[in-house]
Amino acid sequence: MSLWVDKYRPTNLSQLDYHSSVSARLSALSTSGDFPHLLVYGPSGAGKKTRVLSILNELFGSGVNKMKIDVRTFTTSTNKKLEFNIVSSSYHLEITPSDLGNNDRVVIQDLLKEIASTEQVDFSTGKHRFKVIIINEADSLSKDAQAALRRTMEKYSRNIRLILISNTTSNIIPPIKSRTLLIRIPAPSVNDIVQVLNKLSSKQEIPLPESETERVETLRKIAESSERNLRRALLLIEALSMQNEKLTPTTPMIQLDWESVIKKLAFNINRERNVSRISQSRSTLYELLSHCIPARIILKKLTFELIQLVNFKAKSQIIEIAAIFDERLSLGSKAIYHLEGFVAKSMVAIEDSV
Amino acid sequence: MSSAIFGNRKESSKSTEVQERLLPWVEKYRPKNLDEISAQDHAVTVLKKTLQSANLPHMLFYGPPGTGKTSTILALTKELYGPELSKSRVLELNASDERGISIVREKIKNFARLSVSNPTKSDLEKYPCPPYKIIILDEADSMTSDAQSALRRTMETYSSVTRFCLICNYITRIIDPLASRCSKFRFRPLDNQDALVRLQYIEREENIKLQENVLEEVLKIAGGDLRKAITYLQSATRLHSTLSSSSLSNDFVVQDPDSSNPNSEITVQSIREISGSVPDDILQNLINVAESKIFDDIFKVVNDSVSEGWSAIEIVNQLHDELIFDDKLSSDQKNSISKILFETDARLTNGTDEHLQLLNLITQLSYIL
Repeated sequence: MSLWVDKYRPTNLSQLDYHSSVSARLSALSTSGDFPHLLVYGPSGAGKKTRVLSILNELFGSGVNKMKIDVRTFTTSTNKKLEFNIVSSSYHLEITPSDLGNNDRVVIQDLLKEIASTEQVDFSTGKHRFKVIIINEADSLSKDAQAALRRTMEKYSRNIRLILISNTTSNIIPPIKSRTLLIRIPAPSVNDIVQVLNKLSSKQEIPLPESETERVETLRKIAESSERNLRRALLLIEALSMQNEKLTPTTPMIQLDWESVIKKLAFNINRERNVSRISQSRSTLYELLSHCIPARIILKKLTFELIQLVNFKAKSQIIEIAAIFDERLSLGSKAIYHLEGFVAKSMVAIEDSV
Repeated sequence: MSSAIFGNRKESSKSTEVQERLLPWVEKYRPKNLDEISAQDHAVTVLKKTLQSANLPHMLFYGPPGTGKTSTILALTKELYGPELSKSRVLELNASDERGISIVREKIKNFARLSVSNPTKSDLEKYPCPPYKIIILDEADSMTSDAQSALRRTMETYSSVTRFCLICNYITRIIDPLASRCSKFRFRPLDNQDALVRLQYIEREENIKLQENVLEEVLKIAGGDLRKAITYLQSATRLHSTLSSSSLSNDFVVQDPDSSNPNSEITVQSIREISGSVPDDILQNLINVAESKIFDDIFKVVNDSVSEGWSAIEIVNQLHDELIFDDKLSSDQKNSISKILFETDARLTNGTDEHLQLLNLITQLSYIL
């Protein structure tokens, strides 16, 4: 039994529920036979991957759904062996080079060149003679790896098309941007999500209230607490309907454990600003980090919780501090220093403002 | 290599035509000889002289992207050797090839060491065929400094049979000993007139329907980068031609306002959408909330623009254009604004969280405006 998110994932462009103009563009592109490199960007849970897979479906037919996972080994220049997972069908490949950290350049150079310089031999099944390579999390590709992409994209455009998926275009170097067609996928609006959830409830049995208004209200509440993230909304409604016998507008939303921990931490920081609180928050932060919550997400969430509690002057100061520590987090290597530093600094900021 | 295979294969003319059509215009309209290169008069005149005198120094081309550095050297090799001979005489390496120190020691050295191959008679009649090979190191600024130092002696020892051409964006990343061995050519960003001529040529060749001012907008967004300009133009054309043809055959409801245009001319809006630049109203909205100084509004607007997927770096760039040229602001204000913009830009490049940085940027701006 698969999750609803996967079970009801649209498989072709005409099934997509929102952003119909983007879908129209994509379907026009995929039918034209002249398919460019794409850079698909947008916040998480907006449906980037779904759209990309739908394009593939449109391009090559259902053959793309027969996927397999290969483990490939690459050797770096320092003779280090790297193992790397590749999801592939006979028409496309999907890689997440950021798994390899700094060695992603090797994969880009070796793998892409190997695929790019061999031509598709079998013309009988596919309409197109190129292979599509999907690169996930393209924004975390190192600059070296991106530089390696530059010429490959031009030189082998006969045999491969790249689809880069990323959350932002900020970390993509300009030469790549100028070689791709940028497709922006905005997050779905709350109304869009309600619509999708409503459609889901017709396919799947969900214990929603009978009356139309209450039903819409319940869905709206779920949609709002998902912060315009469709994946989250779908997971939330699935979890809710497992836990509760009946869903009503008053059903309490599930709050994730780590979120409530951070909320409590923010509350404590605001209430009590002294050294012993810092050392107490250290253990909380360690706890969060050891549960694999990324430090950046902790920082972001903590900032947003804090600015809800404090007055205007402290708000802007805390944001400024957060921006500084955010940078330090991404440059430094030990997260706890920066998180603690942020806690201490924001205590000072709050102290100053009262 | 693959092009060689394709050249020999007997294909029907129709399929080569299709191939031709599928080629990116950047490749299709790459200048074929030195005369076709726009704007870089200085470099072109010097290089033309070498065509006559058959002597060539080591060269270092530098300049911003899309100014024709690679095109120039490719055109030069074509004019010097012709298509057949250049296979054995030219080695092109770029950042997509492994270029560590081992490659410099082996591959480059081996190629540099080879004696010059003999040109065929027919080549000799048509091309000058000077007695040296050319090694092109494209994107040389991404080579490590170790690899660069390994080149030093190689360049000198084999200078009787080999010339190097280094191509880079930032001359500061090339180590001094290498730079001093080359004659340098600076490639200026194309001014709009030169670029416009080229775009108009492509427009005629490809038979594109454009609305007024589209080419000017393309050039404005591209900012002197001809490759970018051509890519945008091609993407826009592709999108529009396919939209118009598919809306006839498909019963897809096309809600896009600019695609409902029956002639499907390319509009200024579609160029902007393709380039990923932020629409004016969103930008203006951000500036307005910054001026209003109401924190909750700022929070909300920033939240919205992040979830709409607009790229923070693009917002920073466009805010810069918008605010720095605003005559209503004092120099002091502009001073502080550019400082914040610069900081945000640096942080974003370090891979920080867009949402936090953008929020910080706008709240800081609200103090200044």
